[in-house]
Amino acid sequence: MNGSQLTIDLAFTIFVLAILTGFAVISKVPATLHTPLMSGANSIHGIVLVGAMIIATSANDPITYLLSFVAVAFASLNVVGGYVVTDRMLQMFKRKPAAPKAEKAEG
Amino acid sequence: MTLNSTTLDQIIRLIWLGGAVAFVLGLIRMNSPATARNGNLLSAGGMAVAIAATAVWLLVLPPSGSFNPLGWLVIVLGIAIGGGYGLYSARTVKMTAMPQLVSLFNAMGGGAAALVAISEYVGHASAGTVPGLQDNVATVLDVVIGSVTFTGSLIASGKLMGLRITPSRPTRIPGGQLVTVLLTVIVIVGGLYIWLGNVSLPVLLAILAAALIFGVTMTLPIGGADMPVVISLLNSFTGTAVAMAGFVLNNPLLIIAGALVGASGAILTKLMADAMNRSVLNIMVGGFGGGEGSVAEAGGAGGSVREVSMDDAAIQLAYASEVIIVPGYGLAVAQAQHGVRELAEILEGKGVDVKYAIHPVAGRMPGHMNVLLAEANVPYTQLWEMEDVNPEFQRCDVALVVGANDVTNPAARRPGSPVSGMPILDVDHAKNIIVMKRSMGRGYAGIDNELYTNPKTGMLFADAKAGLAELVAAVKAL
Repeated sequence: MNGSQLTIDLAFTIFVLAILTGFAVISKVPATLHTPLMSGANSIHGIVLVGAMIIATSANDPITYLLSFVAVAFASLNVVGGYVVTDRMLQMFKRKPAAPKAEKAEG
Repeated sequence: MTLNSTTLDQIIRLIWLGGAVAFVLGLIRMNSPATARNGNLLSAGGMAVAIAATAVWLLVLPPSGSFNPLGWLVIVLGIAIGGGYGLYSARTVKMTAMPQLVSLFNAMGGGAAALVAISEYVGHASAGTVPGLQDNVATVLDVVIGSVTFTGSLIASGKLMGLRITPSRPTRIPGGQLVTVLLTVIVIVGGLYIWLGNVSLPVLLAILAAALIFGVTMTLPIGGADMPVVISLLNSFTGTAVAMAGFVLNNPLLIIAGALVGASGAILTKLMADAMNRSVLNIMVGGFGGGEGSVAEAGGAGGSVREVSMDDAAIQLAYASEVIIVPGYGLAVAQAQHGVRELAEILEGKGVDVKYAIHPVAGRMPGHMNVLLAEANVPYTQLWEMEDVNPEFQRCDVALVVGANDVTNPAARRPGSPVSGMPILDVDHAKNIIVMKRSMGRGYAGIDNELYTNPKTGMLFADAKAGLAELVAAVKAL
């Protein structure tokens, strides 16, 4: 078994503090960013890949191997696809073409 | 081996904490357009590091006590297939189809979270061990929330794709309430049975089936126009399911990241619903009475409607000095953003000043219209936000409404209408109004749009894409 185990009180403390953080990080977002922000948050819950990897390494019969395979594939799709599509969206939100960079003078 | 296993375990946990910090800072940066892209990259970096650290942790300190080659094969294959398909679809998706892809990704996350708990439970059932109460509570909640999200997001995605089995209009399910009650009873009774310490895989599978069906029956009755809010809500659900998976696996990173998304997703859902002047509850229980798609008879209660021909509309537009284009949901559905850009360019060539009026919720999702028009190479400077463009309407000669409906309804200015209080574009202040629309069908609110019966308004009945092409040809022919 892996080292330290979370006790339920500690796990619950972490859970509640993370919820409060989640409430705090979304402030007054312009409507333009609602979709990318949702997509970005969507990528973060792809962290379930970590859980899928854990169950895969402790699998020991055909059913658990199959379940963990599907879980790993689903979670990877969520992570990779989520971040890439969010980046594509945000790439389009350039207010104006990038200003020509000033030549860096030799020092 | 110089590093003892407890130290390594602690180092990995600190790296996980670093990942969680990257998620939080990334989300904060995504609140503002200037730092948003950077924030997403920060979040992705945190994710990559956290997953790499997990791989090291599982290799050096395998939970089953020894290296599990088949387990690692499963991981490598799963990441290659899932990640490969994710990369491919995210890169190739058309921006118009992006909302349904996000919903699909969300379904995958919810499904994975449910599978984690089911797989753990299968392990307990075959080993004959009884999980503790907190594990049982978390398992049932994870399976229920994860499965509802899985099927719910797939249905939402199907509705946005316009699949025939999932029509975008609200679909009434016969005996829907009875089905809901039945499913709820199955989940509650089964959940209590498991919480009382009985290890039964069939009971968990019954709960799973009930939750999967509930995801379908919950999402089907909701209209396509409300899908953004639904997807955002389901996104928040997935976060919660992942946090529950964290409780099942005793993993702090899953708890933190899941709770973070659950909470921030809930706030975002409320912001989206507020922008549409809807309450989340209102949307989830089926929204406005009438629903989308009910066709009002032309010249009904509100007065008569004037039709305008393609050539008349072309003349009005070509000889105007200022034109404001109001794109909406219908334009996104018809994928007519290139047509509208072409028309605007031709008009500009004739010396007309063209602006686009973007309502905060125009398109299929808030901000979606900006993405669509940006993709069609419309210069950002021509896109005007609602507050800035509203005073312009009284100066403009022609307002051309393409596929927008409820966001232009003057009825929103007075109380007593379902759209009352919703911020609208002041299209009715324009000197002339041309509305391009397929039929007199109502918008999502299911009410008549008073703009259409305004004497200044000419209705141009056409599909947005075909209609714009005709209009472009008509303007060119002048």
